[in-house]
Amino acid sequence: MKILVMVKQVPDTATQVKISGNPKAIETTGITWIVSPYDEFAIEEALRIKEKRGEGEVVAVTLGPDRAKEALRSCLAMGADRAVHLLDAAWDGADTLTTARAIAALLKQEAPGLALFGRQAIDDDMGAVAAQVAELLGWPCASWIMEEAVDAGATSVRVARQVEGGLEVFDLPLPAVVSAQKGLNEPRYPTLKGIMGAKKKEIKDVKGADLGLASEPPALTVVTLEPLPARPPGRIIQGEPAEAAKELVRALREDAKAI
Amino acid sequence: MAGAFWGIVEDDRQGNPKKVMAEVLGEAGRLAAKAGGQAEAVWLTDKATEAGLKQLAEWGAKRVLLLEGAPFAPYRGEVWSAALADLAGKESPKAILAPVSTRLRELMARLAARMGAGLSADCTALTLDGDRLVATRPVYSGKILAKMTWAKTPWMATLRPNVFRPGDAQPGAAPAVEKPSITAAAAMLKFVERREESATGLPELTEAEIVVSGGRGLKGPENFVILESLAKVIGAAVGASRAAVDAGWRPHRFQIGQTGRTISPKLYLGFGISGAIQHLAGMRTSKIICAINKDPEAPIFKIADYGIVGDLFEVAPALEQEFKKLLEK
Repeated sequence: MKILVMVKQVPDTATQVKISGNPKAIETTGITWIVSPYDEFAIEEALRIKEKRGEGEVVAVTLGPDRAKEALRSCLAMGADRAVHLLDAAWDGADTLTTARAIAALLKQEAPGLALFGRQAIDDDMGAVAAQVAELLGWPCASWIMEEAVDAGATSVRVARQVEGGLEVFDLPLPAVVSAQKGLNEPRYPTLKGIMGAKKKEIKDVKGADLGLASEPPALTVVTLEPLPARPPGRIIQGEPAEAAKELVRALREDAKAI
Repeated sequence: MAGAFWGIVEDDRQGNPKKVMAEVLGEAGRLAAKAGGQAEAVWLTDKATEAGLKQLAEWGAKRVLLLEGAPFAPYRGEVWSAALADLAGKESPKAILAPVSTRLRELMARLAARMGAGLSADCTALTLDGDRLVATRPVYSGKILAKMTWAKTPWMATLRPNVFRPGDAQPGAAPAVEKPSITAAAAMLKFVERREESATGLPELTEAEIVVSGGRGLKGPENFVILESLAKVIGAAVGASRAAVDAGWRPHRFQIGQTGRTISPKLYLGFGISGAIQHLAGMRTSKIICAINKDPEAPIFKIADYGIVGDLFEVAPALEQEFKKLLEK
């Protein structure tokens, strides 16, 4: 079974993010880039499916600028067989729908049994692309999955999706789209052999025209980015525990009116 | 009707809209009043109760579009998005709003793709600027606010719970319920089972107005009972930091932060939590933040409205006693 895994390169959580001279974008120099954590769960799950079945192919896919190749190399080092880089200046400033259209067109060409995504990318936190790809292709979709089992004949997948108050278990006919929630697995670290081997694996660049896509204006655009307004300075309540607790409860009631 | 501001209903699967709908319909009503239109609720369910319909009217829905039928439960994206797209095609709403929940986040994404519309997810503010709508949403772990706008209508957005103000309650308002005839599409997802989480007797984390949260400072899973006991007194949900979850002290569904749940309660109380960026990403839009930590240098004190530098094992029980005294008055 062929599995495509969509990943996004994002700034490391701990990295300083500043707004650039162009107020619609962040300053990208000096940023440490990583594969978005939920996407690592997706890659890991794809590798486990292949290992369990003893056959198949795992293809890592990203849409992004040149630097995003590094994210694909991380996936190849973890064990993905090859990678596709959706690379086209027309996709600068792509919204989720533009991204979804590009990925849907690639999935049509590649015709995998399963398309795996992370639940959301931790840069813009939209969490929309996986479901939009499913909608565009007319494929079944399950979001926020915590468990997955592909049947022996690779005709369906049983998933448990996280919802408020519990898990819902469904069978999805393949091909299908699923998105990974934390808890699905524990991603592996690339081995030295994996990292060396990754250099020999194929990363193919694909443009919009290669997918027969015409450029469309985004449906949602950034007006401006703003720094988070500073919270008013807080107050440290002094005193012994009993005394401090009494004062905090009073302040929450009388000053903050929070309880 | 054309130009309406829709609120897609999230419910408890028992026929009652969730409280967050008061916020969504409140915002829909305020925007509609400025833009010229009205707030309408759109409810997909297998069973709506009379009380639930009345509740939607009291929260400000001038009209309730009810799509009621067995195919709508459990939620399956392909069935809901097809039905809603069909209805939106007939009604031409100006905006489609929904609260953030696991299923409505997915539904709104699907619907936006089907309609070729823009979707702004997890918004914390919506503002009319002339004839365009501008959404505010936290990005990059909440370190930056992005202002977004749409190329065309319908404007689609999901709203972070506990952030938007409910409208003025309209007690006794009678619901104007309509049941449009929509044929449900065949489902592709086959339902197998639902596994309920063990009930905590406490509110759901993302919906709670008060959240008590514990981190590494709790020293072990057995000590979460201290927070649960406090939470029961004030009707709070109990959350945990990634450190506590990764240590196996709490299941992942209780994790607050970047790789967990995003919360925005009226009151957040963090015990033994240092305040790593990835935790702040999940709670920094809380209205009042209190931190209890023995390390005066803990980063969480930088964003806290109130802080106590001290031993949580002494402060938490003392707080519980004080809250008890206050609430028994």
